[in-house]
Amino acid sequence: MPFKLVILWTDALIYLLLVLVIFFVWFVRHNEHLLVPWRRVGHSVSGMMALTVLTIFITIGLLDTVHFRPAIENNSSTYSKVYGVQVLSLFDVIATPLRTSVEKTYSAPFAAHLYTKETIELSGGSQIREFPRLKFGGAHLYDPETQLVADVIWRTVVGIGFGIFIWCVFVASIVMLIAYRCGKKFKQTFFAIFYNETEIPWRAIFIMLALILVLLGSALVLSSYYHIFGTDKVGQDVFYQSLKSIRTGLVIGTLTTLIMLPFALLLGIMAGYFRGWIDDVIQYIYTTLSSIPSVLLIAAAVLMMQVYMESHPEFFDTIAARADLRLLFLCIILGVTSWTSLCRLLRGEALKLREMEYIQAAHAFGVSHWRIISRHILPNVMHIVLIATVMDFSGLVLAEAVLSYVGVGVDPSMISFGTMINAARMEMAREPMVWWALLSSFSFMFTLVLSANLFADAVQDAFNPRVKTLTFVDRKFAPR
Amino acid sequence: MLNYIIRRIFYAIPILIGVNLITFTLFFVVNTPDDMARMHLGTKRVTPEAITKWKQERGYDKPLVFNTTEEGARKFIQTIFFEKSAAMFAFNFGRADDGRDISHEIKTRMLPSLAIALPVFFLGLVIHITFALVMVFFRATYIDFWGVVFCVALMSISSLFYIIGGQFLISKLWHLVPVSGFSDGLDAGKFLVLPVIIGVISGAGASTRWYRTIFLEEMGKDYVRTARAKGLPETLVLFRHVLRNALIPILTGAVVVIPLLFLGSLIAESFFGIPGLGSYTIDAINSQDFAVVRAMVFLGSFLYIIGLILTDISYTLVDPRIRLE
Amino acid sequence: MTSLLQVDNLKTILNASVTPVRAVNGLSLQILRGETFALLGESGCGKSMAALSVMRLLPEVGEIVSGSIRLSGKDLLSMPETDMRRIRGKRISMIFQEPMLSLNPVLTVAEQIGEVLERHFDLHGVMLQKRILEILNQVGIPDATRRMSEYPFQFSGGMKQRVMIAMALAGEPELLIADEPTTALDVTIQAQVLDLMRDLQRQKGMAILLITHDLGVVAEMAHRIAVMYAGEIVEMAERDDFFRNPAHPYSQKLFAALPGRTKRNQGLAVISGNVPSLSIKFVGCRFADRCDQAWDLCKTIAPAWSKINPKHQVRCHLYSNEAEARFQNQIKDKKSYSKKNFVSQESIDNSKLLNVINLKVHFPIHKGLIKRVAGYVKAVDGVSLAISRGRTLALVGESGCGKTTVGKGILQLITPTAGSVCYDGLELVGLDRKRLRAKRAEFQIIFQDPYSSLNPRMRIIDIIEEGMNALNTKAESEIGNRVHQSNLSKEQVVDALLQRVGLLPETKWRYPHEFSGGQRQRIAIARTLAVNPKLLICDEPTSALDVSVQAQILNLLKELQSSLALAYLFITHNISVVEYLADEIAVMYLGRIVEQGNVSEVLEDPKHPYTQALLSAVPEIEPKSKRAVIHLFGDLPSPANPPSGCHFHPRCPKAMPVCSNDYPKVINFSSSHSARCYLYEQSPFS
Repeated sequence: MPFKLVILWTDALIYLLLVLVIFFVWFVRHNEHLLVPWRRVGHSVSGMMALTVLTIFITIGLLDTVHFRPAIENNSSTYSKVYGVQVLSLFDVIATPLRTSVEKTYSAPFAAHLYTKETIELSGGSQIREFPRLKFGGAHLYDPETQLVADVIWRTVVGIGFGIFIWCVFVASIVMLIAYRCGKKFKQTFFAIFYNETEIPWRAIFIMLALILVLLGSALVLSSYYHIFGTDKVGQDVFYQSLKSIRTGLVIGTLTTLIMLPFALLLGIMAGYFRGWIDDVIQYIYTTLSSIPSVLLIAAAVLMMQVYMESHPEFFDTIAARADLRLLFLCIILGVTSWTSLCRLLRGEALKLREMEYIQAAHAFGVSHWRIISRHILPNVMHIVLIATVMDFSGLVLAEAVLSYVGVGVDPSMISFGTMINAARMEMAREPMVWWALLSSFSFMFTLVLSANLFADAVQDAFNPRVKTLTFVDRKFAPR
Repeated sequence: MLNYIIRRIFYAIPILIGVNLITFTLFFVVNTPDDMARMHLGTKRVTPEAITKWKQERGYDKPLVFNTTEEGARKFIQTIFFEKSAAMFAFNFGRADDGRDISHEIKTRMLPSLAIALPVFFLGLVIHITFALVMVFFRATYIDFWGVVFCVALMSISSLFYIIGGQFLISKLWHLVPVSGFSDGLDAGKFLVLPVIIGVISGAGASTRWYRTIFLEEMGKDYVRTARAKGLPETLVLFRHVLRNALIPILTGAVVVIPLLFLGSLIAESFFGIPGLGSYTIDAINSQDFAVVRAMVFLGSFLYIIGLILTDISYTLVDPRIRLE
Repeated sequence: MTSLLQVDNLKTILNASVTPVRAVNGLSLQILRGETFALLGESGCGKSMAALSVMRLLPEVGEIVSGSIRLSGKDLLSMPETDMRRIRGKRISMIFQEPMLSLNPVLTVAEQIGEVLERHFDLHGVMLQKRILEILNQVGIPDATRRMSEYPFQFSGGMKQRVMIAMALAGEPELLIADEPTTALDVTIQAQVLDLMRDLQRQKGMAILLITHDLGVVAEMAHRIAVMYAGEIVEMAERDDFFRNPAHPYSQKLFAALPGRTKRNQGLAVISGNVPSLSIKFVGCRFADRCDQAWDLCKTIAPAWSKINPKHQVRCHLYSNEAEARFQNQIKDKKSYSKKNFVSQESIDNSKLLNVINLKVHFPIHKGLIKRVAGYVKAVDGVSLAISRGRTLALVGESGCGKTTVGKGILQLITPTAGSVCYDGLELVGLDRKRLRAKRAEFQIIFQDPYSSLNPRMRIIDIIEEGMNALNTKAESEIGNRVHQSNLSKEQVVDALLQRVGLLPETKWRYPHEFSGGQRQRIAIARTLAVNPKLLICDEPTSALDVSVQAQILNLLKELQSSLALAYLFITHNISVVEYLADEIAVMYLGRIVEQGNVSEVLEDPKHPYTQALLSAVPEIEPKSKRAVIHLFGDLPSPANPPSGCHFHPRCPKAMPVCSNDYPKVINFSSSHSARCYLYEQSPFS
């Protein structure tokens, strides 16, 4: 094999999450009454548009999750293959041109020259200071001064055309699929969508998709000739970094919940259902944990983890594995600090539910406690868990940036929004300013969080139009 | 009522002990003082003597919880747990790595922190409630709809960008106020304007939307219908009936953070170069000064518990149902 | 009398779901000055929406689409909102069903009443306070000077409703709209509040639009009556006329569905099905689907008004000209009510199935620094009762008297503090969990609220099978056996059970939210039947249901009793249900039984003053046979701090000095009839 598959810890958990989600979808599809609120989500225009955007992000994130170590060409021994220490992902392979076109240092978006002057030795032996040409960005141009604008416009047009072409193919196939499933004619379906008469707002989804594909198409075409978001201090492409950051954000946003969910569920329901001393103990645990300001608890825990990792370097065979474990650990710590609110919520709900008459009836039948919890209480709190999960997501993505900035976030070697901002901030004072890294991370992060928020709103409206108390996203790290 | 408050204070003690145990475990059990010393001195080429010296300087050279070399009560007193963790109950935080007294630092740095945190808190509360009221008054109109959309958009921006954007626009581009810095006395005003404005704006999205839902929930209650059936105008219904009821959860929710204002804000202070407790903590984290971080963790949870007690008290003050029962 | 309010062809829709709900569909009525006009109807027929339309206080989804509402000739609907505000609270006032929720919890009572006076009379300062006091005294709030500065939560339910009335009266309105003003209150409190409303009306000469579902309340209060069904009025008449001779088949059925003593040995007339959803478009008569006198015409053409006499009109084809031809049939149909006779099975052995002796359930009250137990809420304080096989014991009492706790204590859902519960010779109190579980199949419970008694996330089949699985009941359910006489799978048993309670077997795959309240109650009954109980504790099983649906459930319960020899402990506050269903009766007050005996003994010759007051407070629908209502002062005291001696003495009209000393002993009047009261002790002063 030319590569060796590597399953990092977070990869494994993401696969687990994926399996869970697929199972959940299958389960919901087979239970009509569970499907009803999801239909309402499906009918929400903003929610479905947000979901379209999220799907793109998730796809990139998933591609970036399949990790492997490529084999190194090794002539000496044919028996044992040696694999490189560098762990690559499927996404890295796709984005190879972006990943490998490393410049010397900063360059502005669409620039053909470096951002700093360098001393260049001319062939005659004399030296001049000027902005040298980039190795990759705009390298195909003979005279950037005159050609650059026209070239960029031309390639943008090509990219847009490419995007629209893909969009047409996509739309046509979806319309065909819908028409086939509803047993209607293609034309009929098409016009129904065009006049927005479908239940699921396909028109809005298609408009959103057109926007995404046009942007994506032009970005793809342009990025193989230019650094469309410039390069950073060590000359790495910022566009590539932004795309890589997506996975980090997604991992933090989802795995944190996945990890803390079992504890919050079990303890919260137990506290509310059994009451008495069990309740007292569980309440004590979560009050104590939540009384430590979360940033400080995270900071303390991460600092201690750093010490631990430094003193045990033998556990990690690659840098990626080390960074990954730190990411996982960050998720766990974030989980520990954020499970308390869900736990409290579930306790309250269980307290209410245990007085419900159907649970009293179950007692009258002598049904065992664990059966009552699993058959009566658990299904009736799942909507709260779901809402809490989607609402937490955006907060966690934002939290990662702040924590990485503070220095207790992800490993410095791991690309994330936080590390990007942190690095870019150092150059704020520079004249002229290096602004593109900030802009890039801002726009990617904003899009991700905004669509997550909108989708969460749609889910919340659909599942619980009455309980609005969950709307407040606890912004633990807001500047005050 | 007094009984109630005393009981709440008694409840706080086991929680503080719990916090203390957690910090002790985190800082001294997960990693031994030796590990920390090695980390500080650099992992390579470190002699045992250097480690011992490092530990001695900081008083980490004693056993964790039980000292077999001592007699009587000193078996417990001459330990890291007693000297470093239990001592925090007396607000004796010890010395930082740079040799300064942490308690003293905390005292001097509290004021700058408060100088930002207090205005942000109160201005934010007033402004956000006002916005929420406007949205509720115009509910089910475009003002409300776009207000909510705007709130969601505001919520989706990382607080880092608010600070960076504000510094860039107001200070760098328009040169209205200095980018960062601090000075004593009235001069501080010009340094505080920007962080306060940014603090208020960055919290606007989430809070306004939250207050709006509280107001809307109250609007749906039966007593509002009764008020309307009396022939009261909508403004009176909103301000006399809805606002009074909605302020109970809002105010009591706000009270819990008041003590925490002393801690300041981690990122705002470090961005704006304000010598408060927030930037103190950040510096400690970056230089891995465990003593300071430990002190801040304990102080933070202490203040939070005070906040909880204040919340209970404020409930009894604001809500007649609790006050009179 | 001149016309005060004139509503013409009012149509109100609610844009709540996909299809708009036509809550009020062509309502026309006229209210004269000083009269009480009752709008009678079951839940979901649009009567509240009609009232809110008059006030123009519809919820945000509501919309008046056509029609006119005139107050003394002035069109309310074309009025700008600011003018309408001058009408609300001044010329038209409204009181609502839930006094608990309808008062602002953080404003004092005086503030809330004062608001009306400030707004409409511009009263301030001392004048304002004086007037508030005056109004509070008017509505009979004792110690008004002190209580006016209290908050609503410090008042009891009945007192809260008085405050609501005071608020409504403050504007000295010409029209008072009362939306189910006494539904949330107990019978004795209801009698007080109705009395108050009647008195005030006489004094002030205001008109009342009374919205209710209770025929008894209508009979006591109304001058004229309109019966509302599915968004429109189907009959309108003067009170005496209506009660003597209800014309519309729906009205007739409402009367026939009322349980009572006279109908003991027969099935109640039922109206099949449910009130139709108001989101569908009606073609013919709205009642046609449920009417057993309907014919083709009813399904195609909506009936117009027919006049029976100048003041009595009805919307039914039976009284139109087309009906002449069917006149004969009609008389025959009228007799074809389901008069199924239930043979009371006297042959059943009279041994006691359940024997409860001196049952006590006390809940500790924690107080102080370390939450020590400072006292007990004596929810049940020494209750003794016995039920024979196949018989029904009704446990009657007002809310808060502890009757539900008795039921749960018997089932060991709450651990009793003391006393003995002996089921079929087996002591249940203190029985270990395992042996108790083995016995659980024999006694089961049906709850009050059909909406919370079924898990919304489970299918009907799972709900019914739950008990069978938990108690390992063999598939040979008694009912199943009677149907099939063979070994049955669980699924077949479920089918048989559903059929037994009158539901289709196919419904077992559905979820509870697809069923109406009555159907859910049937499912709850099927669930208990699945484990073959001998004793059913019915905790107010019909109090959340409409009269017509209540009749269905009562019939079912009665029929199950006669075929399966079930014993019932029927917990209720509804005397007419007791009269209809019970063999014996126990009256409970503040945790103790004050009187018990056979139904005829207790109801015809009540001994205890509380029983007497309770019975007299029940509104009677026959105006002639009116009993004098015995008034009780005040409200039910807290069970945490019951009055000394006889708990009832502070409210008792016949209280003597001795009553406040000790709790009276049991006095036997016959082998079955007993009461606890000093009135009947031989020498009460010795």
